[in-house]
Amino acid sequence: MSTERQEAVLLPHQKDKDHLIDLYRKMYLIRRFEERAAEAYTQGKIGGFLHLAIGEEAANVGTIVALRDDDDVFTHYRSHGHALARGMDPGAVMAELFGKATGVARGRGGSMHLASLEHHFWGGYAIVGGHIPLAVGMALAHQYRGLDRVVLCIFGDGAVNTGAFHEALNMAGLWKLPVVFVVSNNLYGMGTAIERSSAVTEVYKRAAAYNMPGQRVDGNDVLAVEAAVRAMVERARAGEGPSLVELVTYRFRGHSMADAELYRSKEEVERYKARDPIVLFRRRLEEQGVADAATLDAVEKDVEATVDAAVRFAEESPEPDPDTLFDYVYVNP
Amino acid sequence: MADITYREALRQALREEMLRDERVFLLGEDIGAYGGSYAVTKGLLEEFGEKRVKDTPISETAIIGAAVGAAMDGLRPVAEIMTINFTLVAIDQIINNAAKIHYMFGGQFRCPIVIRTVGGGRRLAATHSQNLEVLFAHIPGLKVVAPATPYDAKGLLKAAIRDDDPVIFIEHSLLYSTRGPVPEEDYVVPIGVSDIKRRGRDVTIVAYSRMVREALIAAEELAKQGIEAEVVDLRTLRPLDMGPVLDSVARTNRVVVVTEDWRSFGIGAEVAARIQEEAFDDLDAPVLRVSQLEVPTPYAANLEKLAFPGSRQIVEACLEVLNIRVGAPVAAG
Ligand SMILES: Cc1ncc(C[n+]2csc(CCOP(=O)(O)OP(=O)(O)O)c2C)c(N)n1
Ligand SMILES: [Mg+2]
Repeated sequence: MSTERQEAVLLPHQKDKDHLIDLYRKMYLIRRFEERAAEAYTQGKIGGFLHLAIGEEAANVGTIVALRDDDDVFTHYRSHGHALARGMDPGAVMAELFGKATGVARGRGGSMHLASLEHHFWGGYAIVGGHIPLAVGMALAHQYRGLDRVVLCIFGDGAVNTGAFHEALNMAGLWKLPVVFVVSNNLYGMGTAIERSSAVTEVYKRAAAYNMPGQRVDGNDVLAVEAAVRAMVERARAGEGPSLVELVTYRFRGHSMADAELYRSKEEVERYKARDPIVLFRRRLEEQGVADAATLDAVEKDVEATVDAAVRFAEESPEPDPDTLFDYVYVNP
Repeated sequence: MADITYREALRQALREEMLRDERVFLLGEDIGAYGGSYAVTKGLLEEFGEKRVKDTPISETAIIGAAVGAAMDGLRPVAEIMTINFTLVAIDQIINNAAKIHYMFGGQFRCPIVIRTVGGGRRLAATHSQNLEVLFAHIPGLKVVAPATPYDAKGLLKAAIRDDDPVIFIEHSLLYSTRGPVPEEDYVVPIGVSDIKRRGRDVTIVAYSRMVREALIAAEELAKQGIEAEVVDLRTLRPLDMGPVLDSVARTNRVVVVTEDWRSFGIGAEVAARIQEEAFDDLDAPVLRVSQLEVPTPYAANLEKLAFPGSRQIVEACLEVLNIRVGAPVAAG
């Protein structure tokens, strides 16, 4: 397959209504979860770095829902959305942000290091680009054992300039491994705009260097994302090897909670907010008669209750027991 | 028990573990068609095929990262990094991924990898003659092994492959052709157990890897002068087994620590610190260190010889802790 630009996908008639409403629910859950996390952060209940993906929910959800339950996810530190889309318990995710014993990583990882063995969610990683080789290794393990599981590896536009990216994509291309690389191109790595960091700003074109297909998709269109990723996942499952999917999106908030956003104008942010993926999708569902306002309002109300419960669970959960300080350093100390 | 080389002992360990466990596979640069830079893997590609003996691109980051990813899903990769100098290119994968995977995600994932690599070169100058084990020994989450004899090399490599934690397995380029007895039957040498290589009542010499040989030569030399040195081989640097060292110090009251790495902040500093913390009252003299002088390794043979420690310096240090001037009559006891 050649590298090509993909046109926005229209709502396909064959898509079933429950699935579409579920996509909406997931996107809305991520939005509200992160807004509440931001609140808790300003109250000092969450420490360290908190990276929000507000504005990138379509990219978060469209990728993850294209997977089978036994497929595998590796992602970066901006991954609350990926974890929630994967079906990880919002309470346990929030508890991890709060550093509680009931968190998905038992309070050892925090916001940047979400993980769940049960969900084949192999971690958020906070060294930019550092997890890409891990995804390649897991794909190698699947090929080694003759399994038809596919690994999805998500990272930002900043990661494509690390050495790890190049080594990993070359190895995946060389060995035709079942891995789909997804770059969430939100146009910035911290405060550095992509045209100030990359010699090639159309990231998907880099796929050509590793003999794999590359594709660029509107990352704010959840259905376009899902369709593109699903096609590449099934291609990998069929033994046809890796691919690179570029999702063009935008983050509405700062890089982390500490960002003064000196590097971009308010006007620019407002311009992108006009293409809010959640608003766009809701309008589409209503206009095309998939769901009426009342149905979607009910979804939102339900999400609100879920997020309330998640925050409460995180608040009420105990801190890790000090006696467990040395747990998990080694399997066999 | 046949006498075989250190190289052959390692090869036997790899081969036997590959026969024993389907999940064990090898990856690294030039380990297959070329036969291994130090010929340790010679013949294994022919016996096991490309699936289990994988030649890789020159991509240390991707080699270690892929090994970690494959291990997380249950395989048991043995990655070869041609020399320890090249682990620096992959240090992020080793320290930020391999050492953290189990801990940071709350004990959910395991990382049973072995990184085989080679320390200590000669006539290769500054970038190719380093002893960097301290970089890894510093890191909780890693295990670090550095065998001195064919027997220990085979037994420790088998233990490392069967271990559920990441193990940095450091071979020594000048030991590959040394010989020693190795039994026919299956055995392992447990990780984290130091070993007394020679008994003596007058002074304790602590060493590991090639310096054990130099220590044994020094002990012979000292014996001619009526001084009986005890040689303790650490074998594993993390977890460090100080038991035999402290027992020995309780009997000899005098210690020389010998390492091929640089003195400042090195393994010797750690061993000396532990001795004074745990056996201060047993000491009749300060702990002395013999190690590489503080220069990048020079190429010129005469300068290189000055930079590295050997049996002569060990003998001198032993005489010094025994408070014996060189050439003076000996009355140790
Ligand atoms: C190796 C490394 N260098 C620098 C950083 C600091 N850092 C954290 S996030 C980030 C920007 C990454 O941008 P991108 O990959 O586009 O992801 P985004 O944050 O936009 O989602 C930087 C420079 C890091 N974590 N790791
Ligand atoms: Mg970015």
